[in-house]
Amino acid sequence: MELQAVLMAAGGGSRMTDLTYNTPKPMLPVGNKPLMWYPLNLLERVGFEEVIVITTKEVQKMMSTDPKMKQEVKMKLDVVCIQEDGDMGTADALRYIQQKIKTDVLVVSCDLISDVALHEVVDLFRAHNATLAMLMSKAHEFTETVPGQKGKKKTAEQRDFVGVDQSGKRLLFMANEADLEDGLSVRKSILRKHPRMHIKTGLVDAHLYCLKKAVVDFLTENKSISSIRGELVPLLVRKQFSKTLSKQKMKDDSEDQTQKKNDELLISSRDESLLQLAQERSCWNDHHGDMSEAYHGGKLRCYVHIMDQGLCYRVNTLAAYIEANRLVSQLLSLRCSCMSLFFSFTINIAMNVQLKCLCSIQGSVICSNAVIGRGADLKYCLVGSGQRIEPEGEKRQNKQAEIKLGSEISVLNFFSIQ
Amino acid sequence: FLLISASLFSVTKQTEGKELTKEEKQRLRKEKKQQKKNKEKKDEKASQGSEKEKKSGSLAAAAPQPPAKSTTVKTPSAVPAPAPVSVPSSLEAPAPVDKPSKTKAELKAERRARQEAERASKPGKKGEPGQQAASGKQKAPPSELQPVIKRLPEHIQVDNPDVLKKLAKKLERQQIPLRLDYGYKVSLFSHLHQYSRKAPLTQQLSIPSTVIHPAVVRLGLQYSQGIVAGSNARSVALLHAFKQVIRDYITPPNEELSRDLVNKLKPYISFLNQCRPLSASMGNAIKYVKKEISNISSQCKEEEAKSKLLNCIEWYIKEKIILAAKAIAESSIEKINNEDVILVYGCSSLVNHILFEAFEKGRKFRVIVVDSRPRLEGREALRRLVQRGISCTYVLISAVSYILPEVSKVFLGAHALLANGYVMSRVGTSQIALVARAFNVPVLVCCETYKFCERVQTDSFVSNELDDPDDLMVTRNGKTQLESWQEVPSLGLLNLVYDVTPPDFVDLVITELGMIPCTSVPVVLRVKNVDQ
Repeated sequence: MELQAVLMAAGGGSRMTDLTYNTPKPMLPVGNKPLMWYPLNLLERVGFEEVIVITTKEVQKMMSTDPKMKQEVKMKLDVVCIQEDGDMGTADALRYIQQKIKTDVLVVSCDLISDVALHEVVDLFRAHNATLAMLMSKAHEFTETVPGQKGKKKTAEQRDFVGVDQSGKRLLFMANEADLEDGLSVRKSILRKHPRMHIKTGLVDAHLYCLKKAVVDFLTENKSISSIRGELVPLLVRKQFSKTLSKQKMKDDSEDQTQKKNDELLISSRDESLLQLAQERSCWNDHHGDMSEAYHGGKLRCYVHIMDQGLCYRVNTLAAYIEANRLVSQLLSLRCSCMSLFFSFTINIAMNVQLKCLCSIQGSVICSNAVIGRGADLKYCLVGSGQRIEPEGEKRQNKQAEIKLGSEISVLNFFSIQ
Repeated sequence: FLLISASLFSVTKQTEGKELTKEEKQRLRKEKKQQKKNKEKKDEKASQGSEKEKKSGSLAAAAPQPPAKSTTVKTPSAVPAPAPVSVPSSLEAPAPVDKPSKTKAELKAERRARQEAERASKPGKKGEPGQQAASGKQKAPPSELQPVIKRLPEHIQVDNPDVLKKLAKKLERQQIPLRLDYGYKVSLFSHLHQYSRKAPLTQQLSIPSTVIHPAVVRLGLQYSQGIVAGSNARSVALLHAFKQVIRDYITPPNEELSRDLVNKLKPYISFLNQCRPLSASMGNAIKYVKKEISNISSQCKEEEAKSKLLNCIEWYIKEKIILAAKAIAESSIEKINNEDVILVYGCSSLVNHILFEAFEKGRKFRVIVVDSRPRLEGREALRRLVQRGISCTYVLISAVSYILPEVSKVFLGAHALLANGYVMSRVGTSQIALVARAFNVPVLVCCETYKFCERVQTDSFVSNELDDPDDLMVTRNGKTQLESWQEVPSLGLLNLVYDVTPPDFVDLVITELGMIPCTSVPVVLRVKNVDQ
């Protein structure tokens, strides 16, 4: 078996508490499908047959009752439940299922909505025998503002500085703005090996990682690492250029401990000597201009695939959620038709929706069991399940609406009557 | 027959095709009648037939491939001309249609007259091995008396839609995606595959690949991206992948390891072929592995059989690649004298090894590295030599006639050595050999015996490899001149990988069996076959 897929669906959704206080994040409806359906669909399309899903008991219950999950997901889902207290990071979760991991692992986050060609990421992982391969995307500015947040947008989350080499594939440097107190410092050894480094800040990390099995074993030894994105990835990127890895001598006793740990990361495959021989005889080098061999003799390599075009969203904020809803209909190319109603742009209507006459719906997503009252004029709205939109007497027209999910019947904004 | 052939001269290629098929049918009918007569005289005919084959063997063996190819280049659907045209006319293939057809037609007439005479003199003989060879491509030989039919390999018949259909069906059966050709192909080479590096085969495979073993998928990717390049490296990597496959193999119930494992390897080999056409050394390695697998007795338990196979593979690598390199280095050191100026081309792992060994033994020499676009492999050779301390000069191939007066010897590596003594190597090698001959500089080719190939080729057109044409685009000062080459209708980009050097330009071939002249290659092949 080549790769095992692991879906991290135990996250809390701490940045969108408006929506997640009632529904856990993986089950939030986006375009009438639960949020975790999207990464599962991506994995299924590409050819995976089994996925290990790490989630909470509540989500597992909801999954088993949701008809969409049962019908449309054909893969075998191996659900592992963990405590909901929120202390477990993604790396902790990987450590928890270490027994199930038999081969290299592909970790996906439940809030990723993307149409990336996964083979681009996995090919980097395969061809260069990399320890880590991840996916990033150029960030798109969100076009519509979040309702309820008038005025200036909140300050962006702390930026990530990502350094890649000339080809744009090899990951050389990764740090979050929060960790850089005095400024960005790059080690001379890195610059000596890769004199041209491109540092990018406007990238969105898709939280999709291909990790070697040796990394999972490394995690079991180092119990202090708790988050993949926050700690493990920067550690691996730094370790590429660590001196102890390129040399293979073990002198000090004090260095013994760290050496052992490092060696674990480099668990070599059988017939390593043959691979060495093939690489020696091959006339290929990944860089030109200095006297070192391919990969500078380094055994640990981290690669990144940066998407220019295509969809890649992480639904972890309110703005992202709204944007995702709008774009999801493009992704799924769903259309709807109805009489005596005006429709334009792509809209997404679920089952059991009652539409009274003289409605005008534009670019919206309407979840199941909703009732749209007479004469409603919806533009780019998201109507939750079980909501009712009653025509009020006001003449104000608003372009956006955001409806709280759940069983409340409340209307946040007003609509014009036709 | 003479009358029919006379009418063929004035006819165009299209109708010629039709005439030939009728003629073929007549011939086949006659042969069937002859078969019924000849059943008693089998032995005599077998010996006589083989004699005949040896006589026309040199003509027919070499010829059916190039002349048949030259006609198919012009008319893909036409029946390949049965007359084995001599070598010069095949080289005229690029010339306009009229001229070669006249010379071919004349030769056809001569040959037909000859055969008619032979047929008349010996009524029971099937004395048309040449013509038979051609018609054999259309129809399977009807009896065992037929001499060995040489079929055209599929990978050089890409412009023939029937062959493509057959290939697609075969790949579908093996559940391997078909890799589509990319871009406009120069007409001379339209019979070869041309793939784009940006469209890897893994696009159409499922991600945790179940049909193909992951080690083989990784290998295919490394081939198509050029990470593993060079004849020796590719063979070693292939054998490494086979070792993983054999380790992970479990015999299904009611199957024998010796048969089932070979069947398991077939789709992997097709997959690797789609990623990048197999090299001669890889072909020989695969033949060896398949032979070893089929030689496993059914009494053997699975674990035992698997460890035996793994040992065989390790032995092959050790003997044919590592020890051979050592032996070649030892014999070459005698040829390297102090104060020598050695010219090398591109990055050949074997030639580099020889130079390292010679330098360690204390010989004082300097090296001139000749390089060429688009691969620029010479940079890697330069780096490795300079790292060891050898003083080097670096030129591009356009300067080779300028630098040659300084050179005392030329060492070349080989991708394969063909059965007629021709050396198949990186494109540009034959140029270097030619210029060196003009300057009377000795040319030494270093090649291990496992790269010897039973194929025969006299030109670089028939069987070659086309690399990604986008490699020829170069960006200087932010501008890429050839960026929109596909939109220019009269422009074709050609990125050839191999070329073929005639044995007249090569003074010595250094193998682990000793230093042999180029023409002794068939002897070595024969000795190898007898050994095995």
